[in-house]
Amino acid sequence: MTLTPELRAIKERVEAFARDYGLDFFETHYEMIDHESMNEIAAYGGFPTRYPHWRHGMSYEHYSKGYQYGLQKISELVINNDPCYAYLMRSNSTLDQKMVMAHVYGHSDFFKCNLWFKNSNRKMVDQMANHGVRIRRHVEQVGVDEVERFIDLCLSLENLVDLNNLYVASDHKTREAEDSGRGDVSVRKLRSKGYMDRYINPPELIEAERERLREAKATPQRVPAQPTRDVLGFLLEHAPLKGWQRDVLGMIRAEALYFAPQAMTKIMNEGWASYWHSKLMTECLLEDHELIDYAEMHAAVLGTQPGQLNPYKLGLELWRDIEDRWNRGRHGSAFDACDDMAAKHDWDTGAMAGRDKIFEIRTVMHDVSFIDAFLTEDFCREQQLFVFQPNSRSGQNEIGSRDFDEVKQQLLFSMTNMGNPIIEVVEANHRNRGELYLLHRWEGHDLQFDEAAETLKNVCAIWGRPVHIETRDEGRGRLITFDGERVESEDITPTFA
Amino acid sequence: MVHRIDIDHARFRQIVRGRVKRDLARYITHGELIGRRGKESVSIPLPQVSLPRFRFGENGKGVGQGPGEEGSPMQPGEGDGSGQAGADAAEHTLEVEVTLEELAAILGEELELPNIEPRGEREVDSAHDRFSGISNVGPEGLRHFRRTFRRALRRELASGQYDPRNPIVVPHREDRLYKSWTTREAPESRAVIIYMMDVSGSMGNEQKEIVRIESFWLDTWLRSQYKNIETCYIVHDAAAKEVDQETFYHLRESGGTKISSAYELCARLIDERYPPSDWNIYPFHFSDGDNWSGKDTERCVAMLRERILPKVNQFGYGQVKSAYGTGQFKGDLDAAFPDEPRVVTSDVQNRDGILDSIKTFLGKGR
Repeated sequence: MTLTPELRAIKERVEAFARDYGLDFFETHYEMIDHESMNEIAAYGGFPTRYPHWRHGMSYEHYSKGYQYGLQKISELVINNDPCYAYLMRSNSTLDQKMVMAHVYGHSDFFKCNLWFKNSNRKMVDQMANHGVRIRRHVEQVGVDEVERFIDLCLSLENLVDLNNLYVASDHKTREAEDSGRGDVSVRKLRSKGYMDRYINPPELIEAERERLREAKATPQRVPAQPTRDVLGFLLEHAPLKGWQRDVLGMIRAEALYFAPQAMTKIMNEGWASYWHSKLMTECLLEDHELIDYAEMHAAVLGTQPGQLNPYKLGLELWRDIEDRWNRGRHGSAFDACDDMAAKHDWDTGAMAGRDKIFEIRTVMHDVSFIDAFLTEDFCREQQLFVFQPNSRSGQNEIGSRDFDEVKQQLLFSMTNMGNPIIEVVEANHRNRGELYLLHRWEGHDLQFDEAAETLKNVCAIWGRPVHIETRDEGRGRLITFDGERVESEDITPTFA
Repeated sequence: MVHRIDIDHARFRQIVRGRVKRDLARYITHGELIGRRGKESVSIPLPQVSLPRFRFGENGKGVGQGPGEEGSPMQPGEGDGSGQAGADAAEHTLEVEVTLEELAAILGEELELPNIEPRGEREVDSAHDRFSGISNVGPEGLRHFRRTFRRALRRELASGQYDPRNPIVVPHREDRLYKSWTTREAPESRAVIIYMMDVSGSMGNEQKEIVRIESFWLDTWLRSQYKNIETCYIVHDAAAKEVDQETFYHLRESGGTKISSAYELCARLIDERYPPSDWNIYPFHFSDGDNWSGKDTERCVAMLRERILPKVNQFGYGQVKSAYGTGQFKGDLDAAFPDEPRVVTSDVQNRDGILDSIKTFLGKGR
């Protein structure tokens, strides 16, 4: 359902104010839906036409249970697309809708301007529908069980993408290189008329070139030439898949890459949207009588359970902190070097560069660099951040440390590579037997070994030959192998230092 | 309109069902479901549903926000939302709710349990329709011809239209009468389960736990078969008394064992509260097989034969092995009732035996 005239008027006001502040967003469409549709669409990751899979049913149960029991309510759902789509819950009050809209323009601006979204598919709504149709067609042709089993395999590996690919505009690799490797080598000749051919393409030269190419082909080439983090992309190119399987794997990879920037900028993005809804509401949009209700709603969004990290809250506070620091010039070597507490407390250069600074940051950064650059010791103390860990005896979580370095390190660790271990394809012809060799770039944290073994089985099911993963177990090298029947694990000398 | 999500959701429930079924033996043996039982459903942790992936082993660390001294504990449940704020709803271990009805169906499928054959002819449909009245409106198929004709005749007589020499009666619209029915709620099938347990010194905690697990599953199954079900609990050592569920599982007495005391109380309960004409009755007795004397056993057999068996659907005796029990009683019962289908005895050596025991008890379909 489209907007009521009242809401359409509100939308136009919100949009105008947002534009005045310098937000640069896609055209934004709103849909009014009831809670059931909201749960359904949320279960499909925002795309009602997505491919069928039980995992969506699982999310749906989660959302609808949460709604039934009154534990959670999805209040906003916004899709990175051009035009941007946002869903409003029909049962919400007008004030709710106003605030959600103000929030949505923050997201829409972020989607459009942040560099990590630069190459994301802006017609994803169409693309997802397209994926849905293709997968349904495969289901019709090869059967639902087989397709579902294969999707399960792919989803189990969906975190094995190279996030740097987000900076590569076109992601279509041809299989040409591989194809040309078959059969005898052919030397490319220059174009010539028949009687000139002897001179333009001298036979001895052609023969020498042919010899050189033969030799080059005989020397085994390492596949991949360089270790690659794009395990899915590698499998897509090199695994012996049927046509429909390759198609499915390609779609899963494309969707994983589409969603990646949202996970990579969760804190920034939610913080940015909260910053703007707060600004727009309090400075432009609120009627006097709405103030108390608004305050309650805003508090609900930003509330932290004691001991929990709320990305809306953390993000919003960081944005405000940055704006304040650049407004008053509280950064740079002069400020850092100052050790007069009183002077530092009153430090204000009157630079008023905060607004420009935050717009700059929202363009070029993602969560890891954002936290790394701007989470200061003062901020950490003011926001009462801490590291928690289970008590060794009771198993109950307790506050472990409020040390700035520890907090920051823990935060950064949980966000690096979206919290996933970094895994690379090193060799596709290990022991010259077509076995796949993966490497976990161990940086101090062990894998969950049982699950790694299960995942390895799934890699093997796609690769079709034995697969290995090299990792470490508390620092000691370990090689886990699945040969199609049994999982074996042996101690090795790490090849990666 | 069928939503797309309904299909995916149904598929997910199907997977859940399959997993529960596959691991049913483990759930039964561990008894972990009992504590997770709500009014109508059980919440089951299913770690295997989510897809495996390469991820870090949990060291439990995370970042939180809020006041508190270093080293001060957080409430359970706090700190769960930290770390990677993932886009996926339910990532690791999943708690799914399965209704007791569904659970019973799974149990039935897995153990190939027959549906219970209702006892006697009392068993009528819980609701049935009966033509009991007459109405001015209704479908033509239910028109009551005789009454309609009579009314038409009366009207024609009263208005003087009736001509005996030409006795044609034409019913008008308002003459028509129709049969009407009422839906009668017949008494629904009711059942009572009477649990009896030996709580003498030789029944240890493990034995009681086995009884607890087994009775949970017996309950679940019988509840799926009867609309109304009541349970009674009787504990006994040398004397028997009726207790509530809590006491039943936790009471520990010492001293001798007179099984006849329990059977006596059971028979009295049936006589006083559960007339067999209204109730399907299922007594189950669990002990370690020790009895005070052969003489008492004889009394038990006599009491079963005369006062209990004629009134019940089935009498179940489960003998739980304990370090002290002789396991005599089951043999005695088997010898006394070699061909009595209503007496079902089963031997439970340990937790792994629970599954077979349930099958023995419920496999008869009585």
